Amino acid sequence: MTRHYSLLSLIKEGFANQKGWQPAWRSPEPKARYDAIVIGGGGHGLATAYYLAKNHGITNVAIIEKGWLGGGNTGRNTTTIRSNYFYPESAALYERSLQLYEGLSKDLNYNVMFSQRGVLTMVHSKGEMEIAARLVNAMQINGIDSDLLDIDACKKIVPLYDFSPKSRFQVLGGVWQGRAGVARHDAVAWGYARAADRLGVDIIQNCEVTEFMIEGGRCRGVMTSKGPIRSDKVSLSVAGNSSQMAAKAGFRLPVISYTLQACVSEPVKPILDTVVLAPATATYVSQSDKGELVIGGGIDRVPSYAQRGNLPALEVVLSGLMEMFPTVGQLKLMRQWGGVVDVTPDSSPIMGESPLPGLYLNCGWGTGGFKSIPVGGEMTAYMMANGKHHDLTRPFDLERFRTGRLIDEAAGSGIAH
Amino acid sequence: MQTFPCAFCGPRPETEFHFAGDLGNLRPEGFLEVSAETWSSYLFAHNNPRGESREIWKHLTCMEVFTMTRDTLSHIVNSSTALLPEGDA
Repeated sequence: MTRHYSLLSLIKEGFANQKGWQPAWRSPEPKARYDAIVIGGGGHGLATAYYLAKNHGITNVAIIEKGWLGGGNTGRNTTTIRSNYFYPESAALYERSLQLYEGLSKDLNYNVMFSQRGVLTMVHSKGEMEIAARLVNAMQINGIDSDLLDIDACKKIVPLYDFSPKSRFQVLGGVWQGRAGVARHDAVAWGYARAADRLGVDIIQNCEVTEFMIEGGRCRGVMTSKGPIRSDKVSLSVAGNSSQMAAKAGFRLPVISYTLQACVSEPVKPILDTVVLAPATATYVSQSDKGELVIGGGIDRVPSYAQRGNLPALEVVLSGLMEMFPTVGQLKLMRQWGGVVDVTPDSSPIMGESPLPGLYLNCGWGTGGFKSIPVGGEMTAYMMANGKHHDLTRPFDLERFRTGRLIDEAAGSGIAH
Repeated sequence: MQTFPCAFCGPRPETEFHFAGDLGNLRPEGFLEVSAETWSSYLFAHNNPRGESREIWKHLTCMEVFTMTRDTLSHIVNSSTALLPEGDA
């Protein structure tokens, strides 16, 4: 059976009529007990299990997923990866994620198609230009590659953009992160799943956690639709459903679930080789390898668990796109979808042991969950293995909502999420 | 576009409304005596239910606040009621 993906195995299987490929992962029945349980089989959960096995040697791990692998927000995002955040705590966290993405295809032996094509955030006024200069300075001090561009430099990067002085939101310059980019979202989920499975992790799909086993004030396992599964270490990576699981564990979270929509156009020839964001409309767009324009924007303003989205938010996003690239107005939309994102008051994640000892939180990533998959997994694995915070996660503890030491990235980096 | 029923103006487009939090999340009394946990719960924690949700909404055009019971999964609105000052209710 062929396990490793390489040019050599491709040639070998070519001669063997492609009959020797091993399934990418098994579908085992759950055991009665594991050393660690990860709830949620999206990117964060799969990555957590992978790093538990790889970095900490804990291989007796179960991932419990109520639906199918990567079927939530991991399969519903716009695949943008960047680390240009304002506060040092955030910059360190997201930069670690970007660094892990840079080596991920090799690490997982799975091509996640990470393309570092850069993210350009437009600047629309003189006042914004001054703030942008401050942001870029802060990012550079944080060690993040970030540049302030004038309008001529922006024109070179996206010639198709409407730079005319008559445009509704005139562009004066931009903020550029060249190491940012996009990756194939499904490949990230499948790559982590395959790599975790090879290290012995059980991926259990179509299995819903119905309640927590709480004994002596600690989490000792979970009750599921496939029976009880015991473990003294349980982590939660369920994004928009975090409040539901927290309620089962007996506490509330500073989280509201909103729908975040995105859509893709019909495929066209290459017209855009970067990711462009216009803060005036909060619309951002990139072009996939298939040629589709991948279009995203802000969240729906109505708290919701419906994975579809309402029309007003889509209208804002698409009218924003028309301001940015009037030429794409004749393109048809191919698909539109929504994911349920867990938004915190300061737009920063919540990581750490929950009020229920033995249960670890990895939530609150809001609209930035995809870019943070590697670091979310790596850090949750660290916390589960060591029973304490990593230096990178300590500022993101739930405790900050009691002390008031918020990390307000919504205000800090001016990002609408 | 979805319409929400303002308790004062009747059905209006969803874009005219602003979500203002859980119904029954009352400000703790006694400023100095209130613990950090209670303040944190009042300020930041949300019920965030999947299914029936009892919420406070503001109609931005008439500036009135009211309670709305709706389903966060199906988006069906079950009721909307004016928020009256204590004593008038």
